[in-house]
Order: sequence, then structure tokens, then C-alpha cells
Amino acid sequence: MNARAEVSKVIFPFHGGVHPPEHKDESSQTPIAAMPVPRQLVVPLHQSIGNIAKALVAVGDTVLKGQMIAEADGTVSAAVHAPTSGRVVAVGPTLVPHPSGLPEHCVTIESDGEDRWIERNRFDWRNAEGRIIRDYLRDMGVVGLGGAVFPSHLKIGGARDGLDTLVINAAECEPYITCDDLLMRERAAQVVEGIKIVQHLLQARQVLVGIEDNKPQAAQAMREALKNAAINFPADVVVVPTLYPSGGAKQLIKLLTNIEVPSGVRSTDLGVQCFNVATIYTIYRALEHAEPVISRVVTITGNVQRPGNVDALIGTPIADLLAFAGDKPGSQAYIYGGPMMGFELPGTSLGLSKAGNCIIAKNGALFPEKPVEMPCIRCGKCADACPAELQPMDLYWFGKSKNFGKAQERNLFDCIECGACAYVCPSNIQLVDYFRFSKSEIWAAEKAKKAADQARERHEFRQFREEREKREKAERAAAKAAARTEASGGNVAEAADAERAAKIKAAMERAAAKKVEAAAAQTASDSVTPIDPDAVSVPMGQAAIAPTSNEAPQAVESAAPALDPEKAERIRAAMEKRAAEKAAAEAMSPEEKAAKEAEKKAKIAAAMERAAAKKAGQAAQQQPGE
Amino acid sequence: MLKVAAALIPGIATYTYFFGVGVLVQIGLATVAALATEAFCLRLRNYPIKPFVTDGSAIVTAWLMALSFPPLAPWWMITLAAIMSIALAKHMYGGLGQNTFNPAMVGFAIMIVSFPAQMSHWAAPLGLAPQSLDAAAQLQWIFTGHLPAGLNFDAVASATPLDTVKTQLMQHTNMLTILHEKLFGGIGGIGTEWITAAYLLGGLYLLQQKLIPWIVPVTFLAVLGGMAGIFWLVDPQHYTSPLFHWFSGAAMLGAFFIVTDPVTSPTTPLGRMIFAGLIGLLTYLIRVFGGYPDGVAFAVLILNLAAPFIDQYTQPSVFGHKNRKKAGAKA
Amino acid sequence: MLLAFVLALGIMAALALLLGAVLGWAAIRYKVDEDPLVDKIDAILPQTQCGQCGFPGCKPYATAIAGDEADINRCPPGGEDGIRKLADLLGKEFKPLNAENGEEKPKSLAVVDEAVCIGCTLCVQACPVDAIVGAAKHVHTVVSSECTGCELCVAPCPVDCIDIVPVGETVTSWKWRYPVIPLTPVKVAA
Repeated sequence: MNARAEVSKVIFPFHGGVHPPEHKDESSQTPIAAMPVPRQLVVPLHQSIGNIAKALVAVGDTVLKGQMIAEADGTVSAAVHAPTSGRVVAVGPTLVPHPSGLPEHCVTIESDGEDRWIERNRFDWRNAEGRIIRDYLRDMGVVGLGGAVFPSHLKIGGARDGLDTLVINAAECEPYITCDDLLMRERAAQVVEGIKIVQHLLQARQVLVGIEDNKPQAAQAMREALKNAAINFPADVVVVPTLYPSGGAKQLIKLLTNIEVPSGVRSTDLGVQCFNVATIYTIYRALEHAEPVISRVVTITGNVQRPGNVDALIGTPIADLLAFAGDKPGSQAYIYGGPMMGFELPGTSLGLSKAGNCIIAKNGALFPEKPVEMPCIRCGKCADACPAELQPMDLYWFGKSKNFGKAQERNLFDCIECGACAYVCPSNIQLVDYFRFSKSEIWAAEKAKKAADQARERHEFRQFREEREKREKAERAAAKAAARTEASGGNVAEAADAERAAKIKAAMERAAAKKVEAAAAQTASDSVTPIDPDAVSVPMGQAAIAPTSNEAPQAVESAAPALDPEKAERIRAAMEKRAAEKAAAEAMSPEEKAAKEAEKKAKIAAAMERAAAKKAGQAAQQQPGE
Repeated sequence: MLKVAAALIPGIATYTYFFGVGVLVQIGLATVAALATEAFCLRLRNYPIKPFVTDGSAIVTAWLMALSFPPLAPWWMITLAAIMSIALAKHMYGGLGQNTFNPAMVGFAIMIVSFPAQMSHWAAPLGLAPQSLDAAAQLQWIFTGHLPAGLNFDAVASATPLDTVKTQLMQHTNMLTILHEKLFGGIGGIGTEWITAAYLLGGLYLLQQKLIPWIVPVTFLAVLGGMAGIFWLVDPQHYTSPLFHWFSGAAMLGAFFIVTDPVTSPTTPLGRMIFAGLIGLLTYLIRVFGGYPDGVAFAVLILNLAAPFIDQYTQPSVFGHKNRKKAGAKA
Repeated sequence: MLLAFVLALGIMAALALLLGAVLGWAAIRYKVDEDPLVDKIDAILPQTQCGQCGFPGCKPYATAIAGDEADINRCPPGGEDGIRKLADLLGKEFKPLNAENGEEKPKSLAVVDEAVCIGCTLCVQACPVDAIVGAAKHVHTVVSSECTGCELCVAPCPVDCIDIVPVGETVTSWKWRYPVIPLTPVKVAA
């Protein structure tokens, strides 16, 4: 217990930030209400960053509460479960809470009203391996509930010798949202149990719970719960000043530990890991009670009669939630998430997802229409407000002129899209929209570039393969013709000599021709330096399947010059070894020697050369048998 | 923008008190010409007129330019300057937010280069000239170029303190003798020292409102004062004090209202400092060693040109990338 | 006098030799093996290998453009964007896509109707990027991640079982739109 005093209470402010009107009191006055099971649930299957979960149920299946209805697809994915018992009435594209307004795979379940649980067995996580625990969390559908829905199992384990600090994100900095506040006030003891689990799993040396100073009750509840729980590690509640976006993971980590996590770097590598408080709660429910993530606390506020927090099942239609809170007329739209980072829902028939921490009914009184956008006058207010210390006005200029390379150079991807810049802009420019636009254009361009590079590589390889097949066919025909002459000719030795001389000449010619070809292939492959090693391995794997002839393995060997230099080098080395073995086993014919001689002169052509030399050798071997 | 205009009011009031109603005439002419040009250009470019005309940017440009003009300059000069500044320096570059050069300074610079004589005809401040012009006489002079019978312009005119120092020094007059002339007050020139003080007051209001970054006026004045201080300490016979430089000419107006124009200055904190510092340096060099009595306008225009370049090389490090850079340097 | 004349000549000759040697050395040292312009153009082309430009693939077209033998507006899959990039690279004027070469279509993929396919391998041979898998008398299928949507497999199919299906936008491939600015120039009502 004494150890707790050691925890630093010093705050390390981040740059910028804004303080919009909080609007939290409207929804934080009443306790969390339990939402009755709705008649129908629309459960989206893409409820985590990464791959969409694979459906395990079909229309007509009956499911039990907590039954897995879609399994994780790959590492970066998470399972989805039936929120209640009932019958599957639809599986397929349905509207989901996404700014695009496009449909995505959902499972629609008609509730049978019994809310019958599937059989649950407590998981003995204390005696389980890290890998098993991670798989279990993935299969329980545990994802970050702060809004980013990053699969939690990917954040557990990683740091081998423990973590310096486990940061619990309870800042809840966006206006209107109070779901974490209420969760901590009402279920602090369970949250602390969750903290104990995660601290144990990560071997964290200290735990800091960051709460903004506008939630004194939650801070008090968490302090008491920490005091009451038997914990054997330093843990403390750190009250941070209310300043948006202190609840951004990077900003909170900076506030509490003074560590700045740049884009593209895992915070674990810097000795910190950050979990949202609601996620911690679901980890506890999953590991101690075998409950998958099938519900969450969601704030319903704005233009409704009874603003407050609701413990709702995932998949509950937004319309049902609004009806529960008493929808008032005059709402122009419904915001999903906070007013700073959220988006307007494309409809109210869609189901609540794990990311849905808040629904705001928007009307003209609460959200007056923004005045028209004026030109940027480079006043620099956005740079003063930017918590990522970017120069938003420059990024805006670059985005507006579609100069994406420059935007990337100026660290566009460090932008956390918090919206502080747009909030302070005196010209009312929606800066974040430009940043999102730039980012998705860059992603799309990168994807297209990758696809084009892959297509080019495959096309070049195909051309090379066709060339070779044609050549080999011609060679075979020539060899046959030569054999025929030999058989009919009188002086066998003389004929053999002539044939040998012709072959040497042919081999040398071939070598010269290949040298030219290989040089061309080399330059082509140099210009096509693939970024992703997978992109390289794909054509190789495909090459083994695609060609219809039985020469597939050789095709793979010959692909070497078209691949990146390092890989080509490795393949070349392997082939050299094999060639050497073969050469030792077989008696060296003069043809081979000649070919070898030519090969030395044409080092670049090595890979293709040897394949051809081997062929020539084999042909020579076969001849006496004919 | 309207707050910036409000911050200019003490300066305008003081200016008018010392130099007469001509100041207000210049401001009025400039405002009307600027707004009309703005509306005309917006219409030509198919832009909505109302939001741009009412945002106050053209008014501030017009006022700043009028305040740098001699109060008794002929009417067509200020009008022409206002049209040039809005049409040429602003809209030809793409309108609000796109201009490279400070429009007010472009208008002023064009006029001082084209009409140097008229641009240095200043009326004497209150109580200095043997005869002074009343409002009617001032209006008559501005609009018709004639004075009421019995009046001679030379009798009412007077050079500015900066101009006086410069010309007198060229005649090898001792600085002490120069400063003992009637024209000079306690710090700068009679009248001008009070006007610049009023600009300072307005500037402090802008700082208090956080409309301008403090680093810009502070650096500008520090460098100007620093340069003046060095030369003054070494040779007070030939160089004037920092206080004189601060409270003469367009130093205060420039420090708080011109150098701080966001559109034409760099955006990074370090960049702004360099920008303001270099303007201070250039202003001093032009004032003391150049051909013009005051150098704020030219210094600002030259540095406007360098603003994107300064920005390019003063990009602050981004969240999370600071230690990396250091670590990279170490390794 | 003569000496000075000879000396001057000598110096000039020595200089010429020296500079010539430097130039010659530089030509060898900094020799560019292949025309890098072709690769630069090739990098802009979409690599569908569809041949709509009239050349047997993207590289030949790139070579033709580099040799000034073909216009830059003959690539329908690259679209206007591609033409603009080519124009930028080559310092040429932008031209609209040549209608004779086809029109810009949304990204599509080939899909084999497996109920109809007779396993003739004709499409396998036609595919420029080896994206169709199949053996004789076995149903073929398109590896969608490799398909460039070039449509070259459609014509050889004797039973017309290959469809070109446009790839629709999904939540994953969705892009944020360019923000609409209400202040874009509005036409004054005439």
C-alpha cells in the first residue's frame, strides 16, 4: 500500500488542445439504465480494426446468448457473439454505423425473449499461457471500446520483460460523452479487478488511471476501489486538467509519463501501454465470468427527453435506443461518437457497434449551423491548438491542392484527427475533412501502386516463361533432327565431333542472347523494387500453380532475375549448390564445359544460364540411350 | 479583423489631433476605394461579395495604408494606392489568404517610388508651423491642390523627424543641434511620439486579445532597438537613440499591425521570430544608410518574399519525433 | 613570338585533351544503361497489360511514348489522371483520352461462371498476368487479387463464361471525399 505514494503525480502537459463546452451534466445525472432486449438485433461483423469476422451461422439457425456467430479472421480481427438468444433471420450486407453509409456484413437476430445464455466455463487464465489468453480474448471479441476498436489481444504480451507503466484511459475528453464516467462510478470495483488482470498479464510495474478533473465522483470511486482492492503494485488515479484531447492515447501517455509515441511506433516499445477503462471492464468480464463482449454502456444525449447512459446489447437498433431515451422532434441528424470526432449516422435502423460510446441527437439549438468556410489566412491558430504539434494550415494547403507527397513529408500521418484545429479555425475550415481525404487518397494510391507492381512483375515473368518455352521447343526439335542425322550417317565419330562443335557454338550463342535478355530483366527488376516481401513471394507461389506445363519448378528457378536482388541472390546460391552436386554426379560433357565458360563471361545471366545448361546436359545424357 | 480596426482608433484619434482632419479624409478615401475595388474584383471573379467585404480585411488594409500616407497628400494618390493594393497585391494573387505581399505596403511602396516628392510633403504638426491650415483649407488642398489665398504650402509643411535627421546629417550637422530643433519632442518628433504611443496602446490591446503573436512585435522592436542602441552608444553624434527609432515613423504601426499580418508572414514560431527580426534589421539599415527616411514598408515587402522560404526551414518537430531526431544524431 | 604562339596552342590543346578525357571518363562512369524514361513512364501506366493502347502490354507502350512514337492519351485504364501524370512527366500538353482506344471504366475483375466453364485453358493462355488457374478439362477460376481487369480473357472463351464485374465500393475501400467548399466560385446569374 505504501508503494502507491511513489507514483508520480506530476503532469506533463501536451501542446495545444481546446476546451469546448462540456455538455456532460445532461447525461451524467442518472444511473446507467438497463435497456430491455430489443425484438431484433443487427450485429455488424466488422467490429474491430483489421479483417471482418467470418460468419459461423446461417439464416434459420437458432443461437444462444454469448454464442460465437462469427470467428476472427487472422490475427488482426476479433470474434462477434450473439447478444441474446433467438433465431438468425438475415446474414448479409446491411447498413452499419460507418461514415460511408455503405452496407457491410451483419447478422440479424430475432430475439426469442428468453435471453438464454450459452453454457459458460470459467477460464483459468492464471494458469494459462500468454498465447492461450490472447486467443481467448480474441474469441471473446474484446476490442478497444474507446472508439478505435483495436483488438485487445494484440496489446497483451509483446514486452518480454514487463512494462513500465500501464495507463488506464478514463479521461473521456470529448464533450457530451459520459459512459466511462458512469461505468467508473457504478462499477469501480470490477474495473479495478480488470486492472489487476491486465497488470498481471503485462507485468506492468505501475498503473496510472488518467481521469479529467471534471469527473470528481469517478476519480473518487476509482481511488476508493483501488484502496479496497488488495493490490501489490503501485497504482494511482491521476487527475488531469480538462483539455480536449487529453483522452487520446498518445496525449494521455504524454500527460502521465512524458513519453511521446510517434506514429508507426508501438507504445509497448517505449514501455507504456494504454487501455480504455471500458475495455478493462470487458477484459475482466471475459476472463473472470466467461462473458464475451455483447453489450456496452452508451451515452444517449442531445435532443432527447431523458438523456443518460444505457447498458445496451451490441446490435440494438439505434432507433430503439433513441426511443428508450425519448426521442424528441426536431433532430436533424444523429451523431455517432462525440461531437469532435464522431460522424452522422446514415440511418437509425442500423445496430449499435462496439465502437459506439455515444449517440447525440443533433438539433439547431445544440449545433448551430456553421458559418460559411472562408479562405485560410494562415493565422496559425490551428498550429497552436494541434496536440500533435503539426502545422495544420500547411497540411490543409497540401490536401487542398492534392499535393499528398508533401503532406506525408510533413507528418500527415501523425494527425490523430481530433478536430481541435477545425474547432479553433476562425475561417470555419473543416480541416479534419481535408486530412481524412488526403489520408485515404494516399492509402488508395499505395494500394494501386502495389497492385500495379505486382501485375508488372507477373507479366514480365510470363513473357520470360513464354520465351523460354518457345526456345526449348525449338531446341528439342533441333536435337531430334540431329539424332536422326547421326543415326543415318556412316562415320559415327565424325558426326559426333561435328555435332559437338555445333552444340558448343549454339551454347555460346545462347549465352550471348541470354546475357542481353538478362540485362534487360535486371534493369526492369531494379526499377520494380518491391516494398512488401509478400508481394515477391506471391508470384513465386502462383508460378508454381499457374503454368499448365510440367516445367513449373524450373519456372520458379528462372524467375530469380525478375525478383529483388537479395532474394535472387539467395535462390541463385541454392541453385548453384544443386548444380554443383549434379555436375559432380554426372560426367562433365564438353558441351557443359563450354556452357560454363560462357557463363563465367555472363555472370548476370547466372540463374537462367544454369537452367539452360542443365537442360543441355540432360539432353546430352539422354542421347546415348535413344 | 474588426478588432484590429478598433485597435487602430487611438492612433487615428491622436494622428488627427496633431495633423488635422486631413488624416480622416485620407482614411475615408482609402476605405471607399478599397471596398469598391474589393467588391468589383470579387464580382469579376464570381465570388460572393458579402462575406468578403464584411470580413474587414479590406478596411484594415485601407486604414493601414492611409495612416502611412502624408495627411495632405492629394486625393487621387491615396485612391490610386488603395485600388492598387486591393486589385494588384491581393486579388491578382488569388484574393484573401493568397497574397504574397502585404497589400497596404504594396500600395504605399508604389506611391513612394512613383511620387517621392508628394509622399514627403507632410504638414507640420499642431503648433509648429507659423500658420496652420483649418479643416476647410486642408480639404481644399487635398482635393484641388490649391490653398486659400495668402497661404503658401511651404509655410505649413514640414519634414518628418526621420527625414529631418537624415537630411541634416548629410549636411554634417551635429546630432545634438538637430535634436534641438523645434520639430523634436522628448523622444521622437513632436506629435509623432504621441501617435506612435497610441499605436503601442492599440498593439497592447491586440496582444491582450491574443490576436497577434507577441513574439513578432517584441522581436521586431528588440532588433530595431538593439541596432539603434549599438550605433548610438558607439557614436551618439551621428546616430539617434533606440527610443527615437521606436517612436518615429512607422515603427510602432509596423510592429503591431503590419509585421503581424498572418497571410504574408511565416507560420512557425521560430519563422515568425526570424521574419520579425530581419524586418527590424532591414528597417534600421534602410533608415540610417538607405535612400528613404523610413524603411518599414520596404523591409516588410522584402521579407514577405522570404516568408515561404523561412517557413520551409523552420518546421517545428512533430509530437513524438523530437527524441528520435536527437537519438539519430547521437547514433 | 613564335614561342608564345606555340605555347598558346599547346595550352589550348592540353586543355582540350584534359577536358575531353574528363568528359569521356564521365560518360563511362555515369553511363545510364537503359533509358530511365521508359521505366518512369512504365511506373505511371496501370500495368493492366490490356493492350487497348495498341501495344502488346504496358512496357511496349511506355517504350513507344519514350521514343515519341505514340501519344500519351491511349491508355483507358490509366484514365485522365494517368494522362495528366504522363503530361507532367514529359512536359507535354494534357489531351483527353483517345476514344479509339476505349473509355475509362471503373476497376473491374473477371469472374468465371463455373457452371458453364468447359476447361479449355484458352483464357489461361490469354491472361497476361497468369491470374487464371486451371488445367485442361477442369473448371478454371480467377485469382481475384491478381486480376487486373484487362478483359483479354473474355474474347477467347468459346462458351462466353467470363464476366467482367466492376468492383464496387465497400466500407474497407471507401475513401473520404474531397470536402465540399460552399465558397467555390458561383456563376453570377446572367
